[in-house]
Amino acid sequence: MTNSIREVKKADAIFLTGSNTTENHPVIGAQIKQALKKGTKLIVADPREIELAKYADVFLKIKPGTSIALSNAMMNVIIEEGLQDKEYINEKTENFEETAKLVEGYTPEKVAEVCGVDPEDIRRAARIYAQAERGSIVYCMGITQHHNGTENVMSLSNLALLTGNLGREGTGVNPLRGQNNVQGACDMGALPNVYPGYQPVTKAEVVEKFEKAWGVDLSKEVGLTIPEIMHGAEHGDIKVLYIMGENPMVSDPDTAHVEKALKKTFLVVQDIFLTETAELADVVLPAAAFAEKDGTFVNSERRVQKIRKAVNAPGVAKADWVILMELMNKLGYNKEYNNPSEIFEEIRMVTPQYAGITYDRIDAVGIQWPCPTEDHPGTKILHQERCGRGVGLFMPVSYSPSGELSDEEYPLVMTTGRVLYQYHTRTMTGKTEGLNQKAPESYVEIHPKLAEELGINDGERVKVASRRGAIETKAKITDIVSEKVVFIPFHWAEGAANVLTNGSVLDKYSKIPELKVCGVKIEKLA
Amino acid sequence: MITVKINGFEVKVEKDTTILEAANKIGIKIPTFCHDPRLRPHGSCRICTVEVKGGRNLPTACTTPVFEGMEVETESEGVVEARKEILDLLLANHPLDCLTCQQAGRCALQDLCFQYDVKESSYGGAKKEFEIDNSNPFYYSDQNKCILCGKCVYVCSQLQCTDAIGFAERGFPTHIATPFNQGLEESTCVSCGNCVSVCPVGALVPKSKEKFRYWETSPVRTTCSYCGVGCQMDLLVKDNKIVEIQPAMGPSNEGLLCVKGKFAYNFIGHPDRLKAPLIRKNGKLEEGTWEEAYELISSKIAEAKETLGPNSVAGLSSARCTTEENYLLQKLMRAVVGTNNVDHCARL
Repeated sequence: MTNSIREVKKADAIFLTGSNTTENHPVIGAQIKQALKKGTKLIVADPREIELAKYADVFLKIKPGTSIALSNAMMNVIIEEGLQDKEYINEKTENFEETAKLVEGYTPEKVAEVCGVDPEDIRRAARIYAQAERGSIVYCMGITQHHNGTENVMSLSNLALLTGNLGREGTGVNPLRGQNNVQGACDMGALPNVYPGYQPVTKAEVVEKFEKAWGVDLSKEVGLTIPEIMHGAEHGDIKVLYIMGENPMVSDPDTAHVEKALKKTFLVVQDIFLTETAELADVVLPAAAFAEKDGTFVNSERRVQKIRKAVNAPGVAKADWVILMELMNKLGYNKEYNNPSEIFEEIRMVTPQYAGITYDRIDAVGIQWPCPTEDHPGTKILHQERCGRGVGLFMPVSYSPSGELSDEEYPLVMTTGRVLYQYHTRTMTGKTEGLNQKAPESYVEIHPKLAEELGINDGERVKVASRRGAIETKAKITDIVSEKVVFIPFHWAEGAANVLTNGSVLDKYSKIPELKVCGVKIEKLA
Repeated sequence: MITVKINGFEVKVEKDTTILEAANKIGIKIPTFCHDPRLRPHGSCRICTVEVKGGRNLPTACTTPVFEGMEVETESEGVVEARKEILDLLLANHPLDCLTCQQAGRCALQDLCFQYDVKESSYGGAKKEFEIDNSNPFYYSDQNKCILCGKCVYVCSQLQCTDAIGFAERGFPTHIATPFNQGLEESTCVSCGNCVSVCPVGALVPKSKEKFRYWETSPVRTTCSYCGVGCQMDLLVKDNKIVEIQPAMGPSNEGLLCVKGKFAYNFIGHPDRLKAPLIRKNGKLEEGTWEEAYELISSKIAEAKETLGPNSVAGLSSARCTTEENYLLQKLMRAVVGTNNVDHCARL
């Protein structure tokens, strides 16, 4: 997030898109609702009428995968009506002209057809966001898990630049992180192209710095992303795959393909339970859960916060850092850490954004990076004086239809997500009876009209099939979704949504799979 | 700035500060039931009653703003008498089952009765006889113990903004209920448990699988391990087991949690946890030692490096693990194995 979580309460308008906040980030959802009670205006753009859509000033029930068209149309309206922040554009941005030219073609009338919404609603949404003194954009995987996920984000960033909604309290472009430490994992360079602190593996002086810090020669070749690793494993190019705390057999697209890949490689899985993925492993290493070790998690607002050991791990299970350290030594790299704080000290030395953060400083309250020195208070809001790169760069992006659109054989568009009462692949939440009582099994949301057409009643078993496979699940008839759109939460291994999703269409920049759009057909089971 | 005197001590505070806030500033504790700094003050429980010099009655400290030259006594004879009377009235229809009440040890009513030596009520009369609402899987509502402080209602309406519960009926039978008394399970309640966390008595209580007393537990401050909000919370630990979770005032959660953070912790000590390394032998996963596991992994990595080079090895790190562990996994792949084939589930 460019801004801090509690700042949603300071926004005059929130543009929420691709995030079902009250179910997936409930505590932020509550804060958005607090803001609404105090008069904050809300625009929601989502293929489903989520809870927050009910309280929205404008709800745009867009077709899955049409976000860029919507953002461009909102920009079209803003420029057409002269609502842009001219001073901000002149002083703090570049490439505006080209973007303005591109969005000329995105009239609300044209885009309304693409998105399946009313052109007047696009105009109202644009005005509310542009006229707000403080406008905040909040988004999640509904924006990113597309063939053009990165461009979706760029189009939101364009909106913020156009209206000067950056660098001030209550504004910003704010992705909500879906997992406790996805921010920390990215910060630490658990990515194939960057070292800790987003320092590129291809940059000679960076490589040199890490070679010196670690005392070894390092590769300058960008590594593979998860979909590429799975592809490599399937084709015999990846011989050993080491998976720590992930369950791709449920979380990744196209389960049949993932299973084939995992079975073809020497697979090590380090986890707290025997997950669907661990069941396929050659070696399973028992790890400690978060309450059984010390360390830090970094939240959505870049705040580095402590976790502390409360109980002992079961049996001979060990903390992940201990396992990794012991394996490093076994492989001939001699390095001992007595506790996570010693690892953190090493992190500070090589990660400029973390240089000023110490365990002592975050003992009571976490600090938001960047924090370059020990007397720096941390950074609540990014891009304040100026944008990180100097000036804010408009990135004109065109709408292009999703990789897999509905056709005659697979006439419906399926989209996926999470529900309040489960979490990701249920490794943790599946162990709580109350949650299983609240959300016991997989289901597919079907619009009443479609259900009638197909002769399906609420609660009946149905077969959902895509080009990858088919699942059996339960019909939930609801007008939350549109007539041609169905939704399946991906938590359950039985009736798993990801048997159907498409792993072959990837975003060209980030290689994120197009999980939010896939063509399916539904039939009633006898 | 305004200068006031509390129990003889001077304190300077901003305009519009309440007596309660001013007292807090200099470490003078005024008891409360219904107060929560996150809520609009409503002064319904009256227990924070104090004496203001020259005043005709005893105002509530949580709702009364200070004025220049104000002199306050927080434990004067009159104040103590009034508090005793309030406690006496509360006890008149409160079940005195502290021996078995789960809330014992963190019950504000119990603590204040102890502080002011109120052993029992001097009033006879009717007792509340509500049925316990047991319908929610995570907590129950025992309205016989409710002191009507209203904190649960206001946390639900002002902070959680779910508006699932409210005051039902008037006078003696007033109680906290869902609309039309249809029960928690049939209401709009999202089981966040934020009402349970603020209940000062044993009226809204988590359904605990463990028998414990609060004084047997010790809190461990940590960060929630579910989504990326980074809620701060205290794990209450007894005998190497987590028995309950309480929200903490973290910067991103401000004392709130969701159903998963508050109630979904029993995976931690679950019997299905992996307890020893498993190694596939003859197609089956069998228990082995750490040394065996490390030996096998390192030989496979060496073999892969030798035949196809370091890029034939890949590591998937985890958004669920700590920052330090993510650092070590990428270091293992880069510095030890020699490949940049490291990624994690940020995309999924």
